[in-house]
Amino acid sequence: MSRNATRNSSRNTSRNSFLESTLQGFARAVSKALQSEQAATQPGLLQQLDPRVRVLGILALVVSVILCRRPEAIAAIFLVAVALAVASRVSLTSLARRVWLVVLGFSGVIAVPALFLTPGQPLFTAPALHLSISVQGVRTAVLLVLRVETAATLTTVLVLSTAWTHILKALRSLHLPAEIVTMLAMTHRYVFLLIETANQMFESRQSRTVGILSGAERRRMTTRTAGVLLSKSIELSQGVYLAMLSRGFRGDVRLLNDFRLQPRDYVSLTAFFLTACVAVWMGR
Amino acid sequence: MAQPLQRCGDGLFPSAALAAEIWNRLAFEPANPVEIDQIMHIPDGYLSPSTCATFYVVAASGWYAALKRIKRLLATRAIPLISVFAAFCFVVMMFNVPLPGGTTGHAVGVGISAIVLGPWGSILAISIALAIQALFFGDGGITTLGANCFNMAMVGSFTAYAVYRLVAANSDLKSRQRVLAAAIAGYVAINASALVTAVELGIQPRLFHDSSGTPLYAPYPLHVAIPAMMIGHLTFAGLAEAVIAAGMVSYLQRADLGLLSGVSGGSGFAATPPPASATTTAGASAEPSPGRLWWIVACLMLFTPLGILAAGTAWGEWSSSAFMNPHARDQIAATSGNHAPPSSVPAGIQRLSNIWTAPFPGYAPSFIRNQMFGYLLSAIFGVGFLALLALVARAIGRKWSTGNLRL
Repeated sequence: MSRNATRNSSRNTSRNSFLESTLQGFARAVSKALQSEQAATQPGLLQQLDPRVRVLGILALVVSVILCRRPEAIAAIFLVAVALAVASRVSLTSLARRVWLVVLGFSGVIAVPALFLTPGQPLFTAPALHLSISVQGVRTAVLLVLRVETAATLTTVLVLSTAWTHILKALRSLHLPAEIVTMLAMTHRYVFLLIETANQMFESRQSRTVGILSGAERRRMTTRTAGVLLSKSIELSQGVYLAMLSRGFRGDVRLLNDFRLQPRDYVSLTAFFLTACVAVWMGR
Repeated sequence: MAQPLQRCGDGLFPSAALAAEIWNRLAFEPANPVEIDQIMHIPDGYLSPSTCATFYVVAASGWYAALKRIKRLLATRAIPLISVFAAFCFVVMMFNVPLPGGTTGHAVGVGISAIVLGPWGSILAISIALAIQALFFGDGGITTLGANCFNMAMVGSFTAYAVYRLVAANSDLKSRQRVLAAAIAGYVAINASALVTAVELGIQPRLFHDSSGTPLYAPYPLHVAIPAMMIGHLTFAGLAEAVIAAGMVSYLQRADLGLLSGVSGGSGFAATPPPASATTTAGASAEPSPGRLWWIVACLMLFTPLGILAAGTAWGEWSSSAFMNPHARDQIAATSGNHAPPSSVPAGIQRLSNIWTAPFPGYAPSFIRNQMFGYLLSAIFGVGFLALLALVARAIGRKWSTGNLRL
């Protein structure tokens, strides 16, 4: 479903709009997944690195963001994240829509009351309203929003520059148990199948709906759909299990690990860790 | 042309429905594919590094125990069942659940998951769904994944399971009592998860602030964080979870009773034995090996110096000398809402502090200069002492069971 279609449909406000909202949610998730897969194939800086280096390097930067206690140091990592996005051909417009504005809208709203509620040295006082903004309040709000923005930008750059299969293989080579990696891979695969199934159920129900449903009818409809989806999921898992058995699955999971580190990977990994260490040192 | 926004309330603040509508009109893409009102997904930046590390260790222990248990119960069936169920949970989290009053909410699916899979299977399924959200969709932080899994998957699953068992008791699988039990289980579970989340967020400003008193992570103390989190969950999110859990149990009673039958046996649908052909080497090797457990204990011991990262002093863990030390007095005041401690040592503390002198006071034996080694040595000593006690208890237990113990 295109964005315009999604937006137009959202304007058809009715009491049955929960159906449209759910369908929009499905469309958004699939669209995001497609966007990630497409971005991961771009010939960018991060895409050329070994996935293990990408995962470890970005993780080191995210941890450094959490360890930093000074906004200046976090802002410096944010600039590094933006530079990585540009070098990896990740669209800044997409980042702004997907991360920056959303985080600003969510964490920004959460941070605003901290300006007034955090006790400390008064910075500005509005006597008529009996409100005062403290220096500590401004500082904590800035720290919170900057941290969340930077960490979310880094995570999104990783997601947009790395195919899911590569992230999983990188996790496996970092000694995450093979069973967990296999479950993550299978879940990811069946999420889209079940989204498609649920989408079809909601669409077929929507096409048969005339008039306005009562609240109880709407709840019954949603829970029945979820119930049918559960039955189908269990059936699917049994089918998948039999298929795995037929291919000789005996409970042992083995995954290929064909990554080879190149000299540039070592250099990049060193650069990631150095940046993270310098940031932590600056922001201590 | 955009329709005018419908005003949903007359108060100063817009209702949740109006906020959702404004959100849709702005046409921002939520970072979260399951919509923005899933505030229980703590993003990176809200929790301190030591809190994140602690919850990773706790969550990893839970995942290890759950994986072992589920593999023992299900053998080779575990991987496809948990994977597909996790995918189901992920999709259910995207459902807009219509609520009384005309608004909608999102469920986590922890209630129905615990009822159908049992608590251990539910822990894995919800954790996998949360990991996919964090790693693939960037929803919920990477550093906070351990805390998010603990809050929703672990606390939620065990609470839902316990409440369902308690309320459903031995009622018939098709009885209305089961539907009511599911509703209460879902509602209580999601609120328990929210409460734990609020406590994690609320302790941040007390424990992690700089010298000027600026909170370094989540800025609100417990008396703000708990009501702020609970109001939304006691109303919308809790109701959404209750509606999904009760509605699905009601549906399953009519359409697929088999999925509800396992829970009365103790561990959910997942506990039903696998077909004979499925019992393979995996099932046989599912017994936890003591060697591995020792490795886990060793890893946990290596994490003990994380306590050094914590800024300030632990509230309430003050020695009698701290009341006379100006620096320690400042720290006590800072962690007590700027209330100055008494000018002299309280008599009770003074009296009791002389009863016992710890061999390793402050996890730092006097002969060790390095604080980190002090922590490690304390951990080794503590684990060794407990292991010795366990060995003695086991020996006594064996003698007792064979009747050789005479008291």
